[in-house]
Order: sequence, then C-alpha cells, then structure tokens
Amino acid sequence: MTTNVIGTPLPRVDGRAKVTGAARYAADFNQGGQAYAVIVGATVGLGRVTGIETAPVEKMPGVVAVITHRNGPRLPYAPHKSYIDPATGERLHVLQDDQVHFYGQPVAIVVADTLDQAERAAAALHISYTAERPLVDLADPKARPVVPAAGKQPDARLPADTARGNADSALADAPVKVDEIYEIARENHNPMEPHATVAAWNGNRLTLWSKSQFVVNEQAEIAAVFGLPPENIQVICPFIGGAFGTSLRTWPHVTLAAVAARQVGRPVKLVLTRKQMFFMTGHRPRTLQRMALGATADGKLTSIVHEGTGETSRYEEFMEALTSVTSFLYSTPNVQTRYRLLPLDIGTPNHMRGPGEASGVFALECAVDELSYKLGIDPIELRRRNEPAIDEGENKPFSSRSLMKCHDLAAERFGWSRRLPEPRSMRDGRLLVGMGMASASYPAFHAPADARARLLADGTAEIEVAASDMGPGTYTSMTQVAAETLGLPVERVRLSLGRSDYPPAPSHGGSWTMASVGSAIRAACMAVQEEAAKRPQGGRPIEATASAQRDPDVAARFSMHSFGAVFAEVAVDPDVGTIRLRRAVGAYGIGRVVNPRLARSQCIGGMIGGMGMALMERTVLDPRDGRPVNAHMADYLLPVNLDIPQLEAHFVEEIDPHVNALGVKGLGEIALVGMAPAIANAVFHATGKRVRSLPIRIEDVLTV
Amino acid sequence: MLPFTLEKVTSVQAAIAAASSGRRFIAGGTTLIDLMREEVDQPAHLVDINALPLSEIRIEGSDLVIGALARMTDIAAHAGVQRLHPLVAESLVEGASPQLRNMASIGGNLLQRVRCPYFRMHDAPCNKRSPNSGCAAIDGLNAGHAILGTSNHCAATHPSDVAVALVALDATMQVRGPRGERTFPVEELFRLPGDTPHLEHTLLPGELILAVRIPGGPDSRRARYLKVRDRASYEFALVSAAAALDVEDGVIRQARLAVGGVGTRPWRLRTVEKALIGKPLDRKIFETAARLALEGARPLSGNHYKLELLPRTIVRALEMAGEAA
Repeated sequence: MTTNVIGTPLPRVDGRAKVTGAARYAADFNQGGQAYAVIVGATVGLGRVTGIETAPVEKMPGVVAVITHRNGPRLPYAPHKSYIDPATGERLHVLQDDQVHFYGQPVAIVVADTLDQAERAAAALHISYTAERPLVDLADPKARPVVPAAGKQPDARLPADTARGNADSALADAPVKVDEIYEIARENHNPMEPHATVAAWNGNRLTLWSKSQFVVNEQAEIAAVFGLPPENIQVICPFIGGAFGTSLRTWPHVTLAAVAARQVGRPVKLVLTRKQMFFMTGHRPRTLQRMALGATADGKLTSIVHEGTGETSRYEEFMEALTSVTSFLYSTPNVQTRYRLLPLDIGTPNHMRGPGEASGVFALECAVDELSYKLGIDPIELRRRNEPAIDEGENKPFSSRSLMKCHDLAAERFGWSRRLPEPRSMRDGRLLVGMGMASASYPAFHAPADARARLLADGTAEIEVAASDMGPGTYTSMTQVAAETLGLPVERVRLSLGRSDYPPAPSHGGSWTMASVGSAIRAACMAVQEEAAKRPQGGRPIEATASAQRDPDVAARFSMHSFGAVFAEVAVDPDVGTIRLRRAVGAYGIGRVVNPRLARSQCIGGMIGGMGMALMERTVLDPRDGRPVNAHMADYLLPVNLDIPQLEAHFVEEIDPHVNALGVKGLGEIALVGMAPAIANAVFHATGKRVRSLPIRIEDVLTV
Repeated sequence: MLPFTLEKVTSVQAAIAAASSGRRFIAGGTTLIDLMREEVDQPAHLVDINALPLSEIRIEGSDLVIGALARMTDIAAHAGVQRLHPLVAESLVEGASPQLRNMASIGGNLLQRVRCPYFRMHDAPCNKRSPNSGCAAIDGLNAGHAILGTSNHCAATHPSDVAVALVALDATMQVRGPRGERTFPVEELFRLPGDTPHLEHTLLPGELILAVRIPGGPDSRRARYLKVRDRASYEFALVSAAAALDVEDGVIRQARLAVGGVGTRPWRLRTVEKALIGKPLDRKIFETAARLALEGARPLSGNHYKLELLPRTIVRALEMAGEAA
C-alpha cells in the first residue's frame, strides 16, 4: 500500500500542540526544587577581572551561590570539536581564569531561589577590571587579516584561496569591469525563543533540557567539558522556537547551568536575556568583500576576483562559505577567490541562516547587476549568457541545475517585462519605483544519519531520531516520509525528535535535515518492514534502526546545489528617503518538494530574513568597549508585519536522481540567499544610487 | 528589578497626597516597568492611578480635552479626535506598537523617558541617569540623537510622537498639585538638558496631570503628521514633523510646525512658521523656509544626515498639510 503523502500540503502535525501551549520548550521543563541562575557579563571589552565582591551579594535574600573563576570548579575541557565548531582555535573556557576577551563575556553566575532574587543579586554584584580598548571594527586599519588555517589544508571544504586561469591578468585586460567593495553589517539571529537550559544532576549523570539544534553534539560537548562519558549526559529538546543557527553550537551558558546545578546540589534553570543573546551566542560576522568582474562588450564574463574578509574572535577562526558560490555560479575561464579572517576582540561568530552564501552572493549578484548597467544588457539576459554547462570550479556536472528555469518562472510571475531599464525612470505618483533581481544558490548537503522505526501491534508506528525541528516543519515532513514508506496514514505515525539517546542525527542546519534524516527514516522504515515480513508480529513491537548516507561515488561525480531566482520591487520616497519593499517573487529548484505548504512557509520566512539583511538588521558595537548599543528588540530592527508585503515562492519541477533516494536537495537556507542583492539592485534601479553596504537605510539614499 | 510597594488610589486628592510624600505614579507602565526591570529607574513606592476618573475624551466647543489616563488606542480611535484633530490621531497611531498603545496613557506618553541607549545601560556614563557621570553618547554612537537643544551634557531626543503634535497645536495641560491647579502650554512641560539633564520636565513635586486641552483652529482639521523611519512601524522617528496650515485663496494665513527626532524636546519652529505666512503654497517657498529649521543645529559625529533629513521632512509635511488645505 502506498499513501503518496510526500508532496502533499499536510498541515503541521505539531501545529495544535504549539498554538495550545502543549508543546514544551527547554525553559518549560521546570524541575522540582530548582534554583535560578543569572549570568553576569563583563562590562569591559578587553582586560582582566581584578576583584569580585561576592560577600555582600551572598548575603542577599534567596542567594544560594555566587560562582566566579575564583571559587568555581576547574573543568577538564577535554578536546572536542564537531564540524559545527571552528576547526582552528579553542572554545571559550568559561570561569576558568580572569581574562576578558569580549564585552559581555560571562564572568560570574549568581544562583538564587527565585529568578527575581537571582536578577537582583546579579545586578548588585560589583566587579572591578583592568580594561584596555578592544579592537572591534573590521574596517580599523590596525586590524590584521589572517589566512584561515583550516582553509590552507589541501582538502579544505572552505579553501582560503581558489584559482582557475589567471583572474588578475584577465581582469586587467577586460574591456568592461566592475571592481567594488561590499560590506554587510554584523547581524544577530534573534529567534523568538531565548536560549535556555535546565540542568539536573543525579550523581555523575546530567540531564539537560536545553535549546539545541544538535542534541548529540551538545551531549558530546558537555561530556568533554566535564570529563564525563557521553552516555552520562542526556540532552532533551523536543521543540525549538526558532534558532536560525544560533543553537547549532553549545555555548558557555549550557556549561554554566550545569556548573551551577552541581555546585548548589539542585536543578538549575538558566534563561538568557535578549540582551545577552547579542554577544553570548554568536552572530553573522560582519564582512567586507572586494568583487571584481571583467567582461567582454557582449557580456561574456572573462574574470572574477572575489576577496572576502569576515570578522572572527581572537580565540577561534570562524569560517563560512563566503566565497564558495563564486566558483560555479557563472561560466568564466578565470576565477580567483581569497578568503581571509580578521580576529577581533569579540565573541566567536557562528552560522546564521544562509551562512556565507547569503553574504558572498550579495557581493556577486550586486556586481553582476552593476555590470549589466555598464553593458546595457538586461540582468537576466546577462546571467543567461554566462550560464555554465557544468560546475567549472569542480569540473564536474551538476546533479541538476534549474537556475534559468527559476529566472524564467520568477520573471514571468513578477512581471519583469514591465520594467523600464533606465534607473530612476519608474514612478508611482511621487515615489521612485525600482525592480531588481538576483540569483541564489545553496549546497545540497547530506550527512550520515540514523533513525529507528517501531511497528506496534495496534497498527501504528513510532519513529525516533535525535534530530530537531526549529520551525521548518520537520515533524510534519518526516512524518510524511515515514507514512509513505510504511504505507500508513500520517495519523498512525508518531515521530519523536530531540533526545540525545535517540539514534544520532546531524546538526539541524545547513538545509540537510530532509536529505539526511529523511533518508535515514526512509531506511529505518524499509528495514522495519523487512523485519516484519520475516516474522509474525504476535503482539510485540517490531523495531529496526538504520543508517543512511550519500553514496560517495555519486558525491564524487556530481556537483550538488540548489538554485533560485529572486525578484524584488521597492519604492523609495525621493524626499525623505524611506525605502519600502513592495513585493517579491522567488522561484527555487530544490529537487523534490516534500510539503509545498511548509516549503512555501520556509521560503517566505527566508525572504523576510533577507529583507532584514538588506534594509534593517545590524548590531552596532561601540568602538570604545565593544558593547552592542542596540541589543534590544526596539533598536535592532527586524521587519515587522507592516513592512512585509506580498511575497511569493514558487518551485520549478526538478527531478534529481543523484542527490539521494528521496530526490530532495533541502530548503531553508537558500530562501534567504539572493533576497538582499535583489533588493539592493532594486534600490539602485529606483534611485540611480548604488549602495554597497548593508543594511541600506534612509541616510544612504538621501543624497541621491 | 528592585522590590517596591504598590498602592492603588481612587481619588485625585489621594494621588496627590501620595506623590507629595515622594511616591511615584504609575499608569500604563509601558516605560516605567521596562526601566525598572533594567534598574535604570528604581522607585521604592508606586502609586497606581489607573482607577482615577481621568480617562474621558470630550469635545468642548472646538476644543478637544483628553483625560490624562486616556489610552493612546482610544484617543486615536475616537471619532471626534479623528474629525477635529486628525493630526493627533495620526501621531498616536505612528507611535509604539498596538500592544503598547493599548496600555500607554497620554499623560505617561508625555513623560516618557529618552531612548538613548546609554541611558539604559548601567555600565555606561549618563548624566541623565546619574548626574555628573558624563555622557557616553556625545563621543559615542549617536545617530539617533538630537541636533537642536543639545548641551555638552546630553543630546538625547524626546521620543514622543504625539507630543510633537500637541506642541504644534498649542495644546495646554491642566495639572493639580498640593498647591492647587494650574494650566500651561504643553511646550513648557519640557526642559532643555543644559547642565541638568536629569531634570526633564517642569511639574512640581506632587503634581498630577489631569488633562490635555487642544484648541481647535481653522488649520487643525487638516493638519498632518509625517514620521520618517527605516521600519514602517515600531521604531522611533529619525525625524518627524507636525504641520498645520491655514490657507485662504492659496495664501498661507497661519502656519504651525513642530518637529521630533531632532530636538532634546518636541521642537516648535516659529521662525519657519513666520517665513511661511503670507506666502503661497509653493515647494520652493517651503524649501527656503525649511532651511531656517537648522538655525543653531549642532550635529554630532553620527547624525549629520539629520541636517539633510530635517528640512526634507518639513517640506514634505508642509506639502501634505497644504494638499489637505
């Protein structure tokens, strides 16, 4: 029996639980007798702690403990890195010494009977420092870029330098050139749910109800920090209220919750404040990129030089795919990419939706747009003329590539043919109207994953896997995969996620969950059916665990990426400079769409994220001490309902037999990629002013 | 948050008595609770005045009288306000978010504290929060700060939108204190920072705002508010302008203009008004007059753009008011 449930717009299976409050998030797992912990962050940006007056605070009402580097435990911090952690450097060892590496770094933790008491005590704790002026500005001439060590390895996934042909000399010889610097501000993820951990020890065993996109890695990391075997640690996180990458790594607050719980001999609950989420849990690094294009007069690209620099901390080299797309998005014989890092006195950045690609594609797609105006060629046509037959960077075919189909579909739905090519030539009443577009791309990743399937005597099935659902609808889409594979109606399949003792799954990020976990669930369902065929059930559950991973031979033969096209229309007030996105259309080639309703929702969310990147989001650091001055939802601007116009997401029919048995490439990250350049290009078309620094704000377009 | 006592009062007299002994009023609480949670404001005793009979919105002749406890949402939705004083309704809706407007009172709105980020950070100097500690904004990040009415001690803008409208419309406020009642222009509620930025308003100890009265005029039914900001909602103004023009036969008989986002208090622009009187509705005239707004402007390192944006906002607001006229 088949149910053909893959591809149907099934509503969220967990929707009711979420809207009724039945879904439990990390901070909902209150434990009997728990105490509350509040982190005290450094108020200097670089220096040393010279004094902590704990005694008066310890006497305050309800205070159970004040833990600092002076009285806290020395932790083993055994070596541990997953692929989600920077390959070079060492994670922050929290409360192990007196050094302050960045503003807001945890320097103490206060534990009390109630949250109020802990907050009071934390605010009253007086700490003295010696302070130096930190270096927090990527553009500061004193800052010295480094070549990322991991990027120098011969088999680096993110090579520091790549080259084909001779891009520099081809650029010099090119009849038409664009050579510009593009900048993107530091951004914070700002999910709705704050980071939260409830920690409870039982002897040498620790349970963490903790917001995590990667529970098995949180288990491994905390095991390493405390020098315990991983099986002593259980991490539980059934639901996530948005994350966008901020909960991929295990940050110091998880360690601190566990330290506090052990010290006070009670379960401890620790929830970060919104403000703390601006410096304690990673951010999209600020980047500066030089993008140089050379082309013939008829629009054939002859050279691309892409030099990108991202900020990182002094203690870890955070890398992202800043320059990766440049080698294969277009056909051109000469490409040079150089990726550098700038260590600053800041916390380590981390992956934020569309990490690397979103930033790199902004520079590339704005530069291509600039080239289109120099050449007088329609931006879509320019892209068509440089559409490659194969991945020229890897020198192998794409498993599938529907980029021009995406452009054709999105252009038609958007009404691109109504656009007048001349900048500043379209008006709506007083308003300047602009239309812009851009390409998008994101890798079709796939990581090994396990899953367990169990058939029960009542004809229902249970699926267990240590994956997460941060909001895209993983519960729903995985239920569809299981139901279809087992031939059961979806309501007879129960999926459980987010426990580290379930079969291991890769991090819930990188748009690889459907490919990886979906394939594992499919394998487990097939295995359990085989098992069931072998023996009569006899009232006992039948169980099977299976693994899935991409066939390495196929992986070696093909270049696997999703592609998309994004079109945006903006209106700019020529008097006061207000910039409003009026509508946007995206079309994506992502292989098989498991659930079109969720896929559309994913895309709309990603487009809104890209809109924030283009027009609003930036975390501003005070150069004197590195503090974020707008660490507040009133001052860190994200699009609100009134900003968000009609957004459309379409999917081109794409059958990719190579990526995996499900034929899925993944979705989520790509929806943010391409939006920012489409909007920036539309702003240029509206105003005639090219703004190369994100976010584009009123003050940038005032002097048109 | 520091522990505090909370008492409810049901009469104006009791409220004034409580405030005279050093207690602080709380109405909607949309600013105060926020600041108390950050321990920027640390009142030990609060007096809940929400039960006082001060929520009425009424029309008296051509005047609009708004009780101090009337909520922003209710004022903006009031048919009489929309008809007689659309500028007031418009400026209210442009402020805050629906949730905040449902709670915030007009009296509290006028007394709201500044949005300077350093004011809200205990570990940064701020003369307003702790006198003589210095100003982190003057040499710090100050893109949102004022260019008019600043001092070397403070350059924070007054954040209210509706206050800009009230100052433009010559609204008055009625207050009562231990020494009786008095009425004065809303404009006089706000102090310049000078060297005492911690003193923000001119209310005397124990005084309670009873009502705000907005006189009707030939221009008020067509007055307009323009708020310029990067996000369409829930953001304080980069620059805003409230403009009212009384026009007869294409000639401006009377002009009233106030701006927000640029001054340390809601900023009335009488020199610009004077330059408009007797002139036709003409963009060139508006542009020339609007430049006068920059008299005495002192930009900081991060807010030079306001020198450009302020006159442009004025011109556009005048055009809007002129179109309505």
